[in-house]
Amino acid sequence: MTGTNQGFKIATKVLIYALLAVAVFCMLVPYIWMLSSSLKLNKDVFSFPMQWIPANPRWENFQDIWTRIPLGRFIYNTAKLSVIVTLLQLLTSSFAAYAFSKLHFKGKNVLFLGYIATIAIPWQAYMVPQFILMRQLGLNNTHMAIILLQAFSAFGVFLMRQFYQGVPDELCEAARIDGLSEYGIWAKIMLPLSKPALSTLTIFTFVSTWNDFLGPMIYLTRTELKTIQIGLRMFISQYSAEYGLIMAASVVSIIPVVIVFLALQKYFVQGVASSGIKG
Amino acid sequence: MQNETVLRPKQAPKRLLSKGVRDHLVAYSFIAPNFIGFAIFTLVPMFFAFVLAFVKWDGSNPMEFIGFDNFTRLIKDTTFHKALWNTIVYTVGVVPFTMAVALALAILLNQKIIARNFMRTVFFFPYVASLVAVAAVWNFIFSPTMGPVNNILHLITGVPIEDLPRWAADKQWAMFTVILFTVWKNMGYYMVIYLAGLQGINPELYEAAELDGANAWRRFRNVTVPQLAPTTFFVLMILVINSFKVYDIFINLFAGADNQLNDSTRVMVYQIYNTAFRSLDYGYASAMAIVLFLLVLGITIVQFRGEKKYGQ
Repeated sequence: MTGTNQGFKIATKVLIYALLAVAVFCMLVPYIWMLSSSLKLNKDVFSFPMQWIPANPRWENFQDIWTRIPLGRFIYNTAKLSVIVTLLQLLTSSFAAYAFSKLHFKGKNVLFLGYIATIAIPWQAYMVPQFILMRQLGLNNTHMAIILLQAFSAFGVFLMRQFYQGVPDELCEAARIDGLSEYGIWAKIMLPLSKPALSTLTIFTFVSTWNDFLGPMIYLTRTELKTIQIGLRMFISQYSAEYGLIMAASVVSIIPVVIVFLALQKYFVQGVASSGIKG
Repeated sequence: MQNETVLRPKQAPKRLLSKGVRDHLVAYSFIAPNFIGFAIFTLVPMFFAFVLAFVKWDGSNPMEFIGFDNFTRLIKDTTFHKALWNTIVYTVGVVPFTMAVALALAILLNQKIIARNFMRTVFFFPYVASLVAVAAVWNFIFSPTMGPVNNILHLITGVPIEDLPRWAADKQWAMFTVILFTVWKNMGYYMVIYLAGLQGINPELYEAAELDGANAWRRFRNVTVPQLAPTTFFVLMILVINSFKVYDIFINLFAGADNQLNDSTRVMVYQIYNTAFRSLDYGYASAMAIVLFLLVLGITIVQFRGEKKYGQ
């Protein structure tokens, strides 16, 4: 009895590992293919059976892309937008969340409910009037449009408030008795305590700004303003037969996200999990 | 909450402003930086979306109030119907497929397994990888004549390459291709949500079930599924809403340099984008946006009702 049970358990284990191995392979193939193709001549990219490690890696692809498209410019634009949006988001969200969580004022609940309600409304439903507003303000084809669009999200306020709710009120009371102002409490007590939440918000905002597609597509039509996503898209549709170069540019566009992701991965997973449970 | 303000000892010396007023000003100063931006760039456009839906406007000539004309026009607009239909088909394909795969992965990766964290990272990564880049790779790998997928299928099945599916370029297979891509790209995100849900289940429930002689399937059916109900409702809601908002995936998998989609691949947000930013028909585009909003709102309400009824 125990023997067959044991055998059954081992068989299940083997099956699970086999399944997972196949799944992991399927997940990784596209990246391996991307990396491998980025070092090939166009004519070799589709050779079949494929050569996983190119015999004569063509490193020139990684030199050429910088001159064929203003890739440096695109990366600079995207990095600039992502950093500014993330900083503004962290600052204004944690600031507002402090009041929503630890201060008492009239209209607090109504205001917070308003924030929550808008999280569920798809941005696509009001992107047209938003564009008209931005154009009226003379912000079409400026980076400012993207910054203003992304920097004041209700989601950030919600996420930070959830975290602050877990910080005991007595901590703030004690600090008040010690003579610290509310701004002092926010800066000296809440911010240092909320590092995990700030990290989660950082990675969410950075990655979503870096990867945003529709926003820059609507607002940034001049080449020198474009972000890496729409710049890369432009390159792919213009030079659709430059397989090697397209893959090299793709590799370059993914690298910053890989770095941020691997560095802050722990917080990302925690963030997804906690927003999921509390949402 | 209001009691507390009243109860707080009024020992602060009288200054220019009373303590209550000063407390309020401080609180509002915390909210203001976020709220002002939020109000101008989110609340105001939201409000105007409803106004715009009832006017005819090209952005330069004077606005013209036309009542429900935009909506009656929608009822007859077969292109919009096609976009709505495609969006629904896409949603119906993506939602159950993603949920099943994400839950299966979460259960597998919740056990003590070698390289568990590495595997979680591998499954999660496509969610953060830049869409334009991974869509380009997919289009190459699934390229009808040159791509490795069809070459391998040709080797295995012996079917001539011309007779194999042309994937993204094929009217019949386009929807399947985009659904497969979406599941591949996003399942890791939902896997993480499910993992958190699984970790919240009390292990004693499983021990009790095992003592009662429940096999693995019964434990899944009678412990995991009911315990995960709140997580499942959340995942369901986010998945449906995200599927209705889809645009960038379709453009990157299907559109050429002109960013146009055809009848078998157009979706609602594409239709809104084109009507507003290409045809400059802002009023009509807003009417479509209102339909999108109402659909998402309706789904949210139905799911909240469902959660109350079937969730704990």
